[in-house]
Amino acid sequence: MAVVTSTARRRRSRARQTAGAKRSWGLTLGTGIVLIYSVLPLIWLIVNATKTQQDLRSSFGLWFAQDFALFDNIARALTYDDSVFIRWFLNTLLYVVAGAGGATLISTIGGYGLAKFDFAGKKAIFAVIIGAVAVPGTALAVPTFLLFSSVQLTNNPLSVIIPSLVAPFGLYLMWVYSTDAIPVDLLDAARIDGAGEFKIFRRIGLPLLGPGIVTVLLFTTVANWNNYFLPLIMIRNPDWYPLTVGINSWNTQASTAGGEAIFDLVITGSLLMIIPIIVIFLYLQRYWQSGLAAGGVKQ
Amino acid sequence: MTGLAASTSTPTVRRRRAVSDRRAFAGWWFLTPFLIVFLISFVAPILYAVYLSVFRSQLIGGNAFVGLENYARALQDPQFWSGVGRVSLLLVLQVPLLLIIALAAALALDSGKLRGMAFFRISIFLPYAVPAVVATLIWGFMYGTNFGLVGNLNDIFSTSLPNPLAPSNVLGAIANILIWGNVGYNMLIFYAALRVIPTELYEAAAIDGAGQFRIITAIKLPAIRGALVIAAIFSIIGSFQLFNEPQILQPMAPNAIPTYFSPNLYSYNLAFSGGQQNYSATVAIIMGVATMVVAYAVQLRGMRKGN
Repeated sequence: MAVVTSTARRRRSRARQTAGAKRSWGLTLGTGIVLIYSVLPLIWLIVNATKTQQDLRSSFGLWFAQDFALFDNIARALTYDDSVFIRWFLNTLLYVVAGAGGATLISTIGGYGLAKFDFAGKKAIFAVIIGAVAVPGTALAVPTFLLFSSVQLTNNPLSVIIPSLVAPFGLYLMWVYSTDAIPVDLLDAARIDGAGEFKIFRRIGLPLLGPGIVTVLLFTTVANWNNYFLPLIMIRNPDWYPLTVGINSWNTQASTAGGEAIFDLVITGSLLMIIPIIVIFLYLQRYWQSGLAAGGVKQ
Repeated sequence: MTGLAASTSTPTVRRRRAVSDRRAFAGWWFLTPFLIVFLISFVAPILYAVYLSVFRSQLIGGNAFVGLENYARALQDPQFWSGVGRVSLLLVLQVPLLLIIALAAALALDSGKLRGMAFFRISIFLPYAVPAVVATLIWGFMYGTNFGLVGNLNDIFSTSLPNPLAPSNVLGAIANILIWGNVGYNMLIFYAALRVIPTELYEAAAIDGAGQFRIITAIKLPAIRGALVIAAIFSIIGSFQLFNEPQILQPMAPNAIPTYFSPNLYSYNLAFSGGQQNYSATVAIIMGVATMVVAYAVQLRGMRKGN
């Protein structure tokens, strides 16, 4: 599968070079409108993170004010309320590492098991997983809260981490990927040599699954980094908030009785929050784009 | 998927199964971690919600079994239906526009006639990396009267543009946030699918005298129908399960967004501020089932067209 795609791509890029001579300004302009629409709010965010709260109200939204307050804003965002932002950042890291890491590990082991062993009940599992992919996560959130609260598991980091460990789509992707990427003969050779199944998985299967694992890891990471509904429901204690819930609590603070309006910190905090995930995306571009391609083709 | 089904039923695999039961056992072991978390946070919540939905909690006498009473109540509940109506309208507003913009951008990228391809691709994708919370906050501020762009424009040009957060406009404002956040991801899915179409097809079509438009309608669109159907399904699920955007915009537009704005927000508010957990579970179940039914219908219809 990977081989086929890469030759197809090479063929395409050759064709593209010949077509490249006729670059179209009209098309570039049209797509340019979509581009401006996409980046304008991000530019707004960057520009306004440099303003004081007062200038936010009085100056034009898409241009800088006289005072350049970015560094002051960052310092205040990081230290406000006993540096709770940093605490939220660490919580988010915990949820991402445990949630995305755990989900990827579980999906990888399970996908390998489904791809490389034949056992009764496999068809039923396939049906259940495809069905589970179609169940929207948000539909489950309230019932999960009700269940967890009945066993007193809410307001606890585990209540965010455990539901994050289920990634039906990740399991499906790893299943498809394992089917293609690991030759059965290699496993049989190892079995003849007397290796145990788990050892075979670790020594032979795992190294071959690298690109598939990276793809699943990236998408579970984004899902956990951006997760809002589940922690909003599960966590009462602000000390366990992730950044998403925390930043929004800063925003709603202004409309609560006696609450201090800190829109400058909401805006700067939002900027600080999206920088890491954008850096990850740019840095790992090659991997996730090929992962998306594999997923798109398989669908 | 077809490749998968074929590989599980090859004769070699079957023979191997007969040889070793131990190995079948090992297959289950590999699946065990997934099955455990799946049971805890997928199957159990659904069963628990079904259980809750057939009871009513009473101040005196604890829980009483009421059968389908909660379901009957939901079907006659104007607040529930107004939420359903709103997300249906959102779906009609948002999904076609989103898919058309994403498809147009993907076709433009695939044409190879853009200047600065890589820059376009990554820039249009960027909003996907922005969490829904942050996207909603940014757009909410831009819409708002405090430091909003709409207000800015009105001041500069002395116009009277409509307030996006007014009750009659807020659904459109939310549709815009959803479109903004999802164009890039869908564009990449379509683009990836377009890239694997063999170029020989284009060459043959060109020899037959087909123009660009004909190539798009006769080759490119049919080839990526699978990706289009999947994208449509995920967008429909997104509309039906609307929660983050109205929940976050609510303090900025309290008059425009009631607690029952979307069924999901209604379910949340029933459980958390209303203390009506049984009814909340019922609403969640109805919407979950409705979403699955619609997604399934779209999938069937989308796939059948191919034959």
